[in-house]
Amino acid sequence: MPLDLSKAAQLSLALTPDLLLFAGAMLLMLFAAWRADSAEHQRRVGIASLVLIVLTIVAVVMFARSGITAGPGVIAIDQYRWAADVIFLLAAAIAIATSLDYNAREGIWAGESHVLVLFATGGMMLMAAARDLMIVFLGIELMSIAVYVLAGLNRRSAKSAEGAIKYFLLGAFSTAFLLYGIALVYGATGTTNLVMIGERVVTSRLDNDALFLAGIALMLVGFGFKVAAAPFHMWTPDVYEGAPMPITGYMAAGVKAAAFAVLIRVWLEAFPTAYAKWHAAVWWLAAITMVVGNVVALQQKNLKRMLAYSSIAHTGFLLVALASGTAQASTAFLFYLLAYTLATMGAFTVLIVLSDRGDTRISLNDINGLWYARPGLAVALTIFMLALLGFPVFGGMGFLGKWYVLQAALQAPAPQTRLAIVLVVMTAVSAGYYLEVVRVMFMRQRPEGAATPPNPLGLTRFVIYATAILLIVFGIYPDPVARLATAGTHRAPGAPPAATRPTANTVAR
Amino acid sequence: MNEFLNSIGYMSWILPALLAIPVVGAAIIWMTPTPRRRGIPPGTDEITAGIANGPRWIAFLVLLVEFVVSLGLWWAFDPAVAGWQALFDMPWIPTWGVRFTLGIDGIALMMILLTTGIMALSILGSWTGIRTRTHGYYSLMLILTTGMLGVFMALDLFLFYVMWEVMLVPMYFIIGIWGGERRLYASIKFFIYTMVGSLLMLVAIVYLGYQAGLLEGRPNFSYEAILAIPELSSRAAFWLFIAFFLAFAVKVPMFPFHTWLPDAHVEAPTAGSVILAAIMLKFGTYGFLRFALPFFPAVSLNPAVRTTIIVLAVIGVIYGSLVALVQPDIKKLVAYSSVAHLGMVMLGIFALTTESVQGALMVMIGHGLSTGALFLLVGIIYERRHTRLIEAYGGLAKVVPLFATVLTIVTLSSIGLPGTNGFVAEFLVLIGSFKTAPWATTIAAIGVILGAAYMLWAIQRLLYQKLDKPENASLTDLNKRELTLLVPILACILWLGVYPKPVLSRMEASSSKLVEQVESKAGRQNPILGVGGR
Repeated sequence: MPLDLSKAAQLSLALTPDLLLFAGAMLLMLFAAWRADSAEHQRRVGIASLVLIVLTIVAVVMFARSGITAGPGVIAIDQYRWAADVIFLLAAAIAIATSLDYNAREGIWAGESHVLVLFATGGMMLMAAARDLMIVFLGIELMSIAVYVLAGLNRRSAKSAEGAIKYFLLGAFSTAFLLYGIALVYGATGTTNLVMIGERVVTSRLDNDALFLAGIALMLVGFGFKVAAAPFHMWTPDVYEGAPMPITGYMAAGVKAAAFAVLIRVWLEAFPTAYAKWHAAVWWLAAITMVVGNVVALQQKNLKRMLAYSSIAHTGFLLVALASGTAQASTAFLFYLLAYTLATMGAFTVLIVLSDRGDTRISLNDINGLWYARPGLAVALTIFMLALLGFPVFGGMGFLGKWYVLQAALQAPAPQTRLAIVLVVMTAVSAGYYLEVVRVMFMRQRPEGAATPPNPLGLTRFVIYATAILLIVFGIYPDPVARLATAGTHRAPGAPPAATRPTANTVAR
Repeated sequence: MNEFLNSIGYMSWILPALLAIPVVGAAIIWMTPTPRRRGIPPGTDEITAGIANGPRWIAFLVLLVEFVVSLGLWWAFDPAVAGWQALFDMPWIPTWGVRFTLGIDGIALMMILLTTGIMALSILGSWTGIRTRTHGYYSLMLILTTGMLGVFMALDLFLFYVMWEVMLVPMYFIIGIWGGERRLYASIKFFIYTMVGSLLMLVAIVYLGYQAGLLEGRPNFSYEAILAIPELSSRAAFWLFIAFFLAFAVKVPMFPFHTWLPDAHVEAPTAGSVILAAIMLKFGTYGFLRFALPFFPAVSLNPAVRTTIIVLAVIGVIYGSLVALVQPDIKKLVAYSSVAHLGMVMLGIFALTTESVQGALMVMIGHGLSTGALFLLVGIIYERRHTRLIEAYGGLAKVVPLFATVLTIVTLSSIGLPGTNGFVAEFLVLIGSFKTAPWATTIAAIGVILGAAYMLWAIQRLLYQKLDKPENASLTDLNKRELTLLVPILACILWLGVYPKPVLSRMEASSSKLVEQVESKAGRQNPILGVGGR
């Protein structure tokens, strides 16, 4: 029986995993403040946070398998939400696991840093669950405020402070755009509920309504900022460069993913009938983002900055799926997101090991001949680079993610052939910088007297192994993930269940 | 032989086994102690240090087993059947309609045997040339083998694309790590060219798979399903053809997409050049035969498209030969001769008669043998003198008579002297193509003469002039390993020159089926380039 979301008790039930995470995070905040800041206490809080994340994942999986559904209301209960949640939690777990050693090295002793990651993740989960623009906004703010602080976590670093203030100012600015857009859409439709907006667009024939279209445009700008789509990407490189490395990875994977998850839901639920109107905007956003991200990444010598631009490029690739305007965009998004999260966070984890205090020594010249010094790290980084490039087998899931996006783009009722061609041409451009990393590691000599990076230990080591192995294994045998992604395909409420659709007739559940 | 093969169910497991054996071999190589684990500093000469034997022997034995196992196909293959044989099929990614389907016809059979044979020999060819990081080198060679064989066997376009890309990475590393001075430039150029070409093919494959699966409601990438797509609009077919064309034309390489080839071939280590020339160049022409022509017959037989391709092919023949004529570097000369030979193959394929297609296939095999051997010989002499400039040599016939004999025979095969495989192949192409493209064929025949000119002039300067450089007087002749590796190639060259029938008969059914299929789908054949036509 569907939950009745107008009742407080049932609404809380629908939000159980999110509430679990928030409640745990608040307790951990107290725990963090209980002792004086120290490297050990920071580690304890981190471990406790990891446990909490595991518990939340268990809760999410239990809900996903329980078959609970929700009636109309502000919260969605569907496989799309649960699939996105698992990926956010995975990104958070990797970020915290790799922070433990990193924070100790950088002298960041505040245990609260881990708790902030938990709060941001809670915000993300709320975003994935939102079926109402107010909840969307609430989720985005919860996430953003925590991430503003995280970006400036390294107080001693001027770069970190610069990045944080930039992110905060521009972020606030973009939130204003988003909020104004929401207000206009509300003005035009008289509701903030996504499903009802979708209905009113049809019943009141708002396709050409200036107020409504201006609202969509402003919202697209707001989301464009959060997902770092060009031309709203200017903050990305500086913020990514300044933030502590694990947080950079978390922003590149988690924050972007959450913004995308909600973008896709809003666009598919509230504005599907206005496809003809927003299609051109998303099309150009995708094309410009791909070109800017990839071409500028070619110039980068600092690996952290290069990965920042690469994350912009991947935003463009994901926007290609959205431009198709079909539910398959959400399937492709979920699959791509997992591949991208594993590859990006894996790459940042390798950078954590390679870098020295203050995130130095991560330019291309510093990894010359890394193969001779630390072959394991060189191979792992190669896998991550090839995954980001979207290369089959050696890059594992990366290729399949791209394949999925191409499928979504080409199989839509209005095939996005030209955009697909831009995508593959830009993929070829991206080979220029991803392979450059591989090239210097394997094909250059290790300079005399270059320090050997430390051997990664503990959780950091585990993260590198796990992400690389998962990428390869799911790259060769992707069917389980593909099935989960298909099950997680976003369905507008009232649409027939997956089993009756021909595209999903192999789904097990 | 057949009974024995049947009794062990050979045809049911052979193709996946051929893919698996090299991967297992690569894993075994990494189980032997690496220099790092033995505490030997990186960059050491591993042959002098005595630790290269493990990797190179394992790689050689594994590929020898691979070759012997693959030889069974020669007998087990039924030449009378034009369809797929040794089929192997299992679901891979059911959610996307992707299957792991392998199968061969006569064309793929010969390519597979060529691959397994050349790979085993090229391990011997790098025996003393590769002195550092042997673990990496030999395991990459093995993985490369799997990738290349996979391309020839794949009957599912998803699988085909994956294998197509898989072979790229090992070759990139082989050129980039063990190559010559400009290896970094050559390796990245090789990678980017191939990747740009193939990514557009990826878009085309996704689109075709979707079209093929429209009725079932989910994509279907199997070769037969895509072949059976009823109607593609001529505009769609044209652009899809272009996407495939770019991928294959870069690989062939056709003029003007050939510029990566001289760099990659010259900078690659000997075995790399051998594999590039003998096997990897064949992927382009194989792709045209297997995919581009049958999928888009109307486009490929469209007079404008066909004329353009044939003109480019003939330009390749003439241009390749002329550039080869003026090369001071022997390896570059051989590299440009590949451009010319592959131009001949393209002419044969797009002339599209049974003879010309069979001739094209024979050129592919013959070029694999003779150019492979030429690169091996260049590598052998380079290891002794460390220069590839033709002017640094002269009068070698007196010092190294065995080397001179082998080089002469291989050269004669390369220029198509009767009695060698080159003659049979080029003759068939010219005869077959004359029916449909008489003018192009006439010009290509001039290219054959140019081919004789640059090759003979080169060996004259290498082998037969005065022995005027004192450094050359003390060169040593071929040793046992080098002979072991060259004799099988020489034997094949002569065998195919004198009695090519067993090979031709195995390819005949498949190639005439291909020609019929394309022509019947495309409707009446258009006469092209003026006077020809039926």
